[in-house]
Amino acid sequence: MNYRGPQRVRLDHKPMPEILHPEDAIVRVTRSCICGSDLHLYNGNVPDTRVGTTFGHEFIGIVEEVGPDVHNVKIGDHVLVPFNVACGKCSFCQQGLYGNCHESNAQATAVGGIFGYSHTAGGYDGGQAEYVRVPYANFGPTVIPPGMDPDDAVMLCDVVPTGYQAAEMGGIQPGDTVVVFGAGPVGIMAARCAWLFGAGRVIVIDEVDYRLEFVRNYAPAEVYNFKEMDDVVLFLKKATDWLGADVYIDAVGAEATGNAIQSLTGRIGLLQGGSPTALHWAINSVKKGGIVSIVGVYGPTGNYIPIGNVVNKGLTIRGNQTSVKRLLPRLIEHVQNGVINPKALITHRLPLEEVAEGYHLFANKLDNCIKPVLIPSRAGV
Amino acid sequence: METIDIQVVNAVRTQLPTREELAGKFTHIKGWGVDIDPENDPTYPMKNPRTDAEQLGYTWQRPAQQPQTVEVLQTNERPNLPAVFGTSSPPSGLSGAIRRYAFTFSESNIMHWIPLIVADRVNMVEGLMDDLLHGTVQNFTKEKGLTAPQEPNKTDLMTNVLIGTAVTIGVMLILRGRSRATQIE
Repeated sequence: MNYRGPQRVRLDHKPMPEILHPEDAIVRVTRSCICGSDLHLYNGNVPDTRVGTTFGHEFIGIVEEVGPDVHNVKIGDHVLVPFNVACGKCSFCQQGLYGNCHESNAQATAVGGIFGYSHTAGGYDGGQAEYVRVPYANFGPTVIPPGMDPDDAVMLCDVVPTGYQAAEMGGIQPGDTVVVFGAGPVGIMAARCAWLFGAGRVIVIDEVDYRLEFVRNYAPAEVYNFKEMDDVVLFLKKATDWLGADVYIDAVGAEATGNAIQSLTGRIGLLQGGSPTALHWAINSVKKGGIVSIVGVYGPTGNYIPIGNVVNKGLTIRGNQTSVKRLLPRLIEHVQNGVINPKALITHRLPLEEVAEGYHLFANKLDNCIKPVLIPSRAGV
Repeated sequence: METIDIQVVNAVRTQLPTREELAGKFTHIKGWGVDIDPENDPTYPMKNPRTDAEQLGYTWQRPAQQPQTVEVLQTNERPNLPAVFGTSSPPSGLSGAIRRYAFTFSESNIMHWIPLIVADRVNMVEGLMDDLLHGTVQNFTKEKGLTAPQEPNKTDLMTNVLIGTAVTIGVMLILRGRSRATQIE
């Protein structure tokens, strides 16, 4: 996959990735997903997204080559690769902040390295390819447990842990009402995981009916289309005894619609780090003393949000890039025990050659697309 | 405007002070530490375990350093390259020059980000020119994925048609108005 500019990608032959560090591995990709956050790159909204780079931070594959210091995985292992590039040694990694590694991103200190996610996230080529270089192979890649479906495994690279961490950061207490903005794959998974933390009621807000219908059954959840509301905040207040829900999860991020001014300044004019409409609604409708958990991706510049209300209402706002490696053991258990069924979200399986079509389908929500997976011809599984 | 030069002090600590050592250090502050509550940890579960190791500064055992074989732009908010880094698409051409300029500003400065967005657009044009030079035939239909099964969103389609019609009528009215104004003059 080769990015050529906003909304233009194509398949190209690029040189084989090489071992550049003693802890590198080269992985032959067997599955890679297109993520909702890839659309920020695809639309040209993330600064320092260079022509010629390969996207893709959700991928699994078979280890083809390892550097001299790699001893935790071996050639032939089928591994799932967390989307974070993390060393496991810095003081942030040692405290489980694997999304905040300080030894993986030369271009920015505010975010750790992420595969295929612009030079602002480290300048690594990603997994929407046949082969990919995986740094810190002793730490990141995790051998896929025997018997696990590759379609489940690839969803453990980002979607499942990010949805889970969104609920975890919500500090959900038994009986809490949880509102999730966004019925994309991460929002769907956050709604599902909210129940695992003891939620008493889960509400999902979006504008796409087929996705709302899916999450209504999958999570399960109450679902509402914000296009049918005059005022989202007022609706949610009325639906929650006029006090607001206890926990809100922003699983939308920079591409939010629903407010013309925010869209104009955030998504089109790039005068903000994306359109914070969902975050705005969350802050204004959450209960006093409540928690807003953010996993939606925003750009590095500022955003117009009612920060005064955060103070006045005594809110706690939590957010982070997901610490995939920290969560994997628990989530693998959940998948193996049938508590979470990740592959149910996959609606499209496309050959890698159709990557441009995959982006078009996903970006424009065509053909009831929820999650597209790309399968290279050499995948073999 | 006077600038303030801050002397960088590198941390040389090797271990965290104990609670007793800290208490001894702050005996002059009445009430220091009387309400310390380790259970009140808003960083949990993201910091798990919480070790406070970052208070030791940049002192961890670093991984081996990846040799630098291509130009890598480095944020000025760190003193060195990280142990590993990406080597995809090194800066080049006009977009590269703009990016080098952007990296003279810190991440909190808008002059870091605006030039990077400008560079991305310049880079897109460079990509088109590069394709032409190498005889690569552009297939915009394919690159935009328009060969995918189309199932147009009827609401969006109608919205676009209405906006397009309104803009066209608006432009025509403005042009007619100007034309009449010119005739009156």
